[in-house]
Amino acid sequence: MMQAGESASTTAGQIAAQPAADLAIATRGLRKVFDGKVAVRSLTLEVPRGEIFGFLGPNGAGKSTSLKMLLGLVAPTRGQATVLGHPAGDVGTRRKIGFLPEHFRFYDWLTSAELLRLHGRLYGMSHASLRQKVPELLDLVGLAEHAGKRLRDFSKGMLQRIGLAQALLNDPELIFLDEPTSGLDPAGRRLVRDIIKAQRQRGATVLLNSHLLSEVEITCDRVAFIKHGEVIETRDLNSLLEGQTTVLVRASNLTPEMAAGVEKWASSVALQDHQLTLAVPSREALPEVLRYLISRGAEIYEFTPQRLSLEERFLQIVGSEGGL
Amino acid sequence: MGTWIMAGVTFREAARKKILWMAIAAGLAFLALFGTGLHYQMKDLAARGMNPILLKQIPGTMLMVGLYAIDLLTVVMTVLVSVDTLSGEIASGTIQAVATKPLPRWQIVLGKWLGFAAMMTAYLALLVGGINLITYAMARVTAHNVPQGFALMWLESVLLLSITFFFGTHYSTLTNGVLALGLVGLAFLGGWIEQIGAVTSTTSAVNVGIVASIIMPSEALWRRAANSMQSPLASVLNFSPFSSASLPSSTMVVYAGVYAAVALFFAIRSFSRRDL
Ligand SMILES: Nc1ncnc2c1ncn2[C@@H]1O[C@H](COP(=O)(O)OP(=O)(O)OP(=O)(O)O)[C@@H](O)[C@H]1O
Ligand SMILES: [Mg+2]
Repeated sequence: MMQAGESASTTAGQIAAQPAADLAIATRGLRKVFDGKVAVRSLTLEVPRGEIFGFLGPNGAGKSTSLKMLLGLVAPTRGQATVLGHPAGDVGTRRKIGFLPEHFRFYDWLTSAELLRLHGRLYGMSHASLRQKVPELLDLVGLAEHAGKRLRDFSKGMLQRIGLAQALLNDPELIFLDEPTSGLDPAGRRLVRDIIKAQRQRGATVLLNSHLLSEVEITCDRVAFIKHGEVIETRDLNSLLEGQTTVLVRASNLTPEMAAGVEKWASSVALQDHQLTLAVPSREALPEVLRYLISRGAEIYEFTPQRLSLEERFLQIVGSEGGL
Repeated sequence: MGTWIMAGVTFREAARKKILWMAIAAGLAFLALFGTGLHYQMKDLAARGMNPILLKQIPGTMLMVGLYAIDLLTVVMTVLVSVDTLSGEIASGTIQAVATKPLPRWQIVLGKWLGFAAMMTAYLALLVGGINLITYAMARVTAHNVPQGFALMWLESVLLLSITFFFGTHYSTLTNGVLALGLVGLAFLGGWIEQIGAVTSTTSAVNVGIVASIIMPSEALWRRAANSMQSPLASVLNFSPFSSASLPSSTMVVYAGVYAAVALFFAIRSFSRRDL
């Protein structure tokens, strides 16, 4: 018999609130050298619990190697890392961690349900809880119909999905996703986004490696730009008030006068037919811009602040050399 | 717990990938061939009205030849089934999802090792048991001390398994296979040099054989096994892979056991330390 309280806590998979100062990940000067080749130069990073954190960087920047050091797969040459309050790679802590490797490969002679059961057993989960969890996860990643199919017959996207399900088996407190959308169709990408959102609601921390800027923009709270194994810059993507923002305005009767009128708030203004694009140094100015346009009689259909342009920043950081 | 899960996966993998079934099929085909050969041999000997001592001696010799083939088959099979398990999984990355689960790395290695060891034990038991049953059924002959011979052949298989595991944490699958089978070949050659040296009383040839056995004691284990399995009469008769012209000492058996344990220990150690 299941108690009412117990079932509620299992279904929600909620993670108890942690003190604000509690960090999911903290690293200091983490470094990895492979046979004389520096993969990660010096990674210093703090990720609070409950945050969706993105790693952005060109190919070979050291993103995957950084993740592997945090997971204990690769031993750092130097530096320290704490994960969920324990040294990186601590065996007991792995119970609370989920991981989707960059190239998800697993025993392809297993069926997808068998694979999840095996991984669940490795997490120390009971047969009983797996009987419930495995179909649930297969359903979540859209593979319910393929429960009995061998992984060798799976497409790349399907493998990625099963890998994702595998990373969620234990209701992890911290999830590492190394390019989770690679090989996925648009529905699959949407699925990843939704899953990450659901994990945030559970209170989980997610560390995401990605090249897809739009995706990072939508899902992450904060991103770190990494190049040559160093954090060049971290950015908060949620702050409403800070930083320069570009706004796209679509209205039916925009005039050049209106464009000139908003210039006092904007650093740049461009008018094209029914579309006005303006860059404001601070988001605080946005309500005033909107009020001004309405007062001048603009029939506004759309007023969309664009998120900080990650792409521009990414290209600046990568530079002309392409980062390789 | 993790150890048992990994042992189970290893066993299931061999079964699922049909490695296990192919190995068993090869073993059964071998037994069938042996049985057929023995059958015709016995029929011929009976027709000629052989002397009863020789009538036991010939199937006995055939049994030893068969056991020698089983020994080689088992050694090669041990290397073949396990050669890819560590290096292959490291190269393909399948190990990453396993090694990030809450089980220490030594359990991954030990679990796989146990899985293969169990498989090879069953395989060896099937072949050694099968061939003795055949010779018993057809000629009322069995090996002299089957349990002891079996134990020594088993140790040989386990030794190769540990060595293959050790190389598997350092080298690619192909290199691993070349090294492991290369050592078997070295031991094989060394064993023959030692025996020829013993028959011709060439001390330095015997020493070459002993050095080969120290580098790789697999053939020495076989010769101990052969010595305990053949009839006491046959052991003094001839010069063959099972003769005791130069019988390895029992210290060599202890040495082989320690060798296997040390190889497994270092396999676990280097797997636990390496980047995956
Ligand atoms: N096992 C290894 N041995 C030697 N060099 C390695 C190893 N793993 C990674 N590297 C090197 O370290 C550097 C960083 O690799 P890493 O995989 O961390 O990059 P990444 O940021 O994840 O790149 P990508 O975006 O292409 O996935 C690369 O130059 C790579 O060649
Ligand atoms: Mg990578």
